[in-house]
Amino acid sequence: MIEVKGLVKDFGKLKVLKGIDTHVKKGEVVVVIGPSGSGKSTFLRCLNLLEEPTAGEVIFEGKKINEKGTDIDLLRQNIGMVFQLFNLFPHMTVLENITLAPIKLKKISREEAQKIAMDLLNQVGLEDKAEAYPNQLSGGQKQRIAIVRALAMSPGVMLFDEPTSSLDPEMVGEVLEVMRELARDEMTMIVVTHEMGFAREVGTRLMFMDDGKIVEEGIPKEVFDNPQHQRTKDFLRKVL
Amino acid sequence: MNFSFLPKYYNFFIIGAKNTVLLAVFTVILGVVLGVILALMKISRNKILNFISTTYIEVIRGTPLLVQIFIIYYGLPAIGINFPAPAFLGEYGEEFVAGIVALSINSGAYVAEIIRSGIQSVDKGQTEASRSLGLSYKATMRYIIIPQALKNILPALGNEFIVVIKESSIVSVIGIHELMYNANTVRGNTFIPLEPLLIAAAIYFILTFTLSKFLGIAERRMSVSD
Repeated sequence: MIEVKGLVKDFGKLKVLKGIDTHVKKGEVVVVIGPSGSGKSTFLRCLNLLEEPTAGEVIFEGKKINEKGTDIDLLRQNIGMVFQLFNLFPHMTVLENITLAPIKLKKISREEAQKIAMDLLNQVGLEDKAEAYPNQLSGGQKQRIAIVRALAMSPGVMLFDEPTSSLDPEMVGEVLEVMRELARDEMTMIVVTHEMGFAREVGTRLMFMDDGKIVEEGIPKEVFDNPQHQRTKDFLRKVL
Repeated sequence: MNFSFLPKYYNFFIIGAKNTVLLAVFTVILGVVLGVILALMKISRNKILNFISTTYIEVIRGTPLLVQIFIIYYGLPAIGINFPAPAFLGEYGEEFVAGIVALSINSGAYVAEIIRSGIQSVDKGQTEASRSLGLSYKATMRYIIIPQALKNILPALGNEFIVVIKESSIVSVIGIHELMYNANTVRGNTFIPLEPLLIAAAIYFILTFTLSKFLGIAERRMSVSD
């Protein structure tokens, strides 16, 4: 579904990604872990071109996307993204947050968009918050809404950029539960996270990044229980 | 205090105030239009537009309004550009247009900075969230950024309107019969040096104070929706 070949990203002199090669297949849940500054988020942001790769190729459903002539907006409709800081639109109600993109981009009626939104809200247990504004919600609720907002476009793949890192500990569970649910429905997901329990339990593949490279990847349980590289061992010793 | 000139000359102040308001209204409208264009040029990724806008803003902010007025009033006709004199502006239409042009060119630079900083004060995450949903740059501006930026822009813009009313007094130097000019005329005619100025000051204050009260109400209305 997503193929990455020799992906390099520089910010000025700073080399953040130093050649990433990987292939994410449909239905996979790829969990990306690694120390801060290892390039995990940048890698994720290159996949929907929030960051423009310096070199290399990102191929989405057989088509190279990081080149001129790509309809970035059309591409992004098919790639949902969830951010660490939620980034809900504060001047809109929850329902408006969710229905804005479907109404504007999919040319469906307001009623239809609202129906889809309410169904999704129902699934995450927040249908009573439809008319609320984001600043009336807890962090966990905001993040669940943000996930729903991305899902409302019915994307083929979902990117999660540290979705629980800015949440109070007691709210992490409710967000992970929604993500677990998604994985169960066979959504293709790429998740940058520090939640090792989630990685082991839900991930179909674990990817350990350090210093702008993929150091090691494999089935989560195997990587956790029997890491092959010294850097993976060091990292896991610190976080587990 | 000697206000004995008022029964005879009150009309000077009324006409002057009317012209001041007219100047300010036109300047504000044109200044905002110009400011929006300059602000969009300044935040655009196009280096040329960027450079033009930045240069414009720096030059206008870095030179005195009085100098700008003289340059425009004397300079443009000297290179063959004459000001039109629309009938509804009365006898001094050309001066009036020159005054509006000069004030708008000046105000536009300040408005541009107000709008630019208002837009840039909206968190970058908002743009990223909107773009990641597939909304275009334009749609993102329209539905996400501008509505949030307005809350930051409007109070500062109101302030600029008040500045325009006050600064418009300076175009009296090119003979526009606005409030300051007419107050001076009364001083000359009556040989009363101080009191006509006090009347003018009072009228300026009433204009700006009324506007600032209205802006206060508008601001409160907007913050209710938070």
